[in-house]
Amino acid sequence: MKLVIGIVRPEKANDVLEALYRAEVRGFSLSRVQGHGGELDRVETYRGTTVQMGLSEKIRFEVAVSDSYVQTTVDALCEGARTGDVGDGKIFVLPLEQAVRIRTSETDQSAVTPVVK
Amino acid sequence: MVAAIDTGDTAWMLAATALVLLMTPALGLFYAGLVRSKNTLNTFMMCVAAIAIAAVTWALVGYSLAFDGEGALIGGLGHFALDGVGFDPRGEGTIPHLLFMAFQGTFCIITVALISGAVVERMRFGAFMVFAALWSVLVYAVLAHWAFGGGWLAEQGTLDFAGGVPVEMGSGFSALAAALVVGARKDYGRQALLPHNAMYVLLGAGLLWFGWFGFNGGSGLGVGQNSILAFVNTLLTPACALITWFVLDLIRGRKVTAIGAATAIIVGCVLITPAGGFVSPGWAMVLGFVGALPCYAMIMWRPRTRVDETLDVLAAHGLAGFTGILFIGLVAQVGWNGGLADGLFYGDAGQLWSQAVAAIVTPAYAFVMTFLLLKFVGAVMPLRATERDEAVGMDVVQHGEEAYATGEGAILVLPEDGGRVPVADPG
Repeated sequence: MKLVIGIVRPEKANDVLEALYRAEVRGFSLSRVQGHGGELDRVETYRGTTVQMGLSEKIRFEVAVSDSYVQTTVDALCEGARTGDVGDGKIFVLPLEQAVRIRTSETDQSAVTPVVK
Repeated sequence: MVAAIDTGDTAWMLAATALVLLMTPALGLFYAGLVRSKNTLNTFMMCVAAIAIAAVTWALVGYSLAFDGEGALIGGLGHFALDGVGFDPRGEGTIPHLLFMAFQGTFCIITVALISGAVVERMRFGAFMVFAALWSVLVYAVLAHWAFGGGWLAEQGTLDFAGGVPVEMGSGFSALAAALVVGARKDYGRQALLPHNAMYVLLGAGLLWFGWFGFNGGSGLGVGQNSILAFVNTLLTPACALITWFVLDLIRGRKVTAIGAATAIIVGCVLITPAGGFVSPGWAMVLGFVGALPCYAMIMWRPRTRVDETLDVLAAHGLAGFTGILFIGLVAQVGWNGGLADGLFYGDAGQLWSQAVAAIVTPAYAFVMTFLLLKFVGAVMPLRATERDEAVGMDVVQHGEEAYATGEGAILVLPEDGGRVPVADPG
């Protein structure tokens, strides 16, 4: 099992959702995060105060999948999130020790994508 | 003989003018709540820009073209840059000419702002401002002349109390043309594009209703009986439209919606705008109950089409204004409008015909002129933001600000650095 973390542009979040759906990745969570990568900073001006916005809004997807689904998930994240410009985001794949489905107490492989009927 | 100034009339019209001006920021709030959070400021700013631009074009040429002379199609340039607009009343009026000009100017402003509802979230701010300047003169001033300034519509008997022709139908059908020329948002029909703050929408609608008492109540240009009637009808019709909306919402989704209610307030105010000073309070209530039906139907139907007339200006203003204009032709009563006209139900079918002429010609003129005007502006400069800018959001791209900036991660740029910072490529 792996935990796939994808940090993407907020404006691409819907495309990522669509790509994950097409790839039949059914379980994930997402959160709004702020971060800084290699992108150039935005400059904003409020009355006399000019500021350089060092943090960009991003959406962080967390997807727990079985090993056989890792590549599918990574491909879906890339496909949905890519624009080709700096600031498209990152994907991290981490080993996952345990997973439990709370409703049924099922563990590990049977608790993550793919959903076994 | 020049009529005398009436201080009571003048006092009320000063207040009414301020009330109508308030409607434009209120509209900004209403519209801003209906768009996504990344476009909040840009949407509001289009209304602010309408104030700036329409006030200036109105004072320079718009007012003159609308209210100078008795030409059938267009007024003259005798009042260019407010030449000859002074403290004496205009014609038979009882308020200073200058105040009359300002009152009518606030109408032009809100009408320009209304059209922005069709193009929010994608139209470039600069292109909108150029369009606004041209539209306020070539469309609004012309329609205002036809309906209010002694033009051919008024001559052939069309009754329009507070702007069913220039304001409501003018903006509504222009909005349709604008939506067609500018085109749909890139995500339209692909993603759910939801209002980001229903509280703004309700607050804006409430403030619009408040301002509308000046809009309709002031259109009698004094404190005469027609002003009182219009003022009271402005209370009754939107209330009835609200009830209709509640019932339709209940039937459709078993719940009464807040954004639906805000929309109903606008629709009710628009319905009574042309008819305010001409129909009895009883009929005004009927207008609210019945007139809301086609508008509701259109607001449900429009998002299923490919026309991204984003904030439904056509349904809430064009169609409601159309309905109100025709309604006068049915139920106007001389007993209520000071002997002006009876409608079809009271024996004068001719009045309905006069109203129908306005209801056909106004939409046609507004639609065609706006279509051509935007094609022209589009040939000179791009009308739309790029897809990338649209995705990032118009607030950051067009204004360099955010409506909901947190300040986290913001680094102060000090002047001693020469203000030089790596600027993000917005394109």
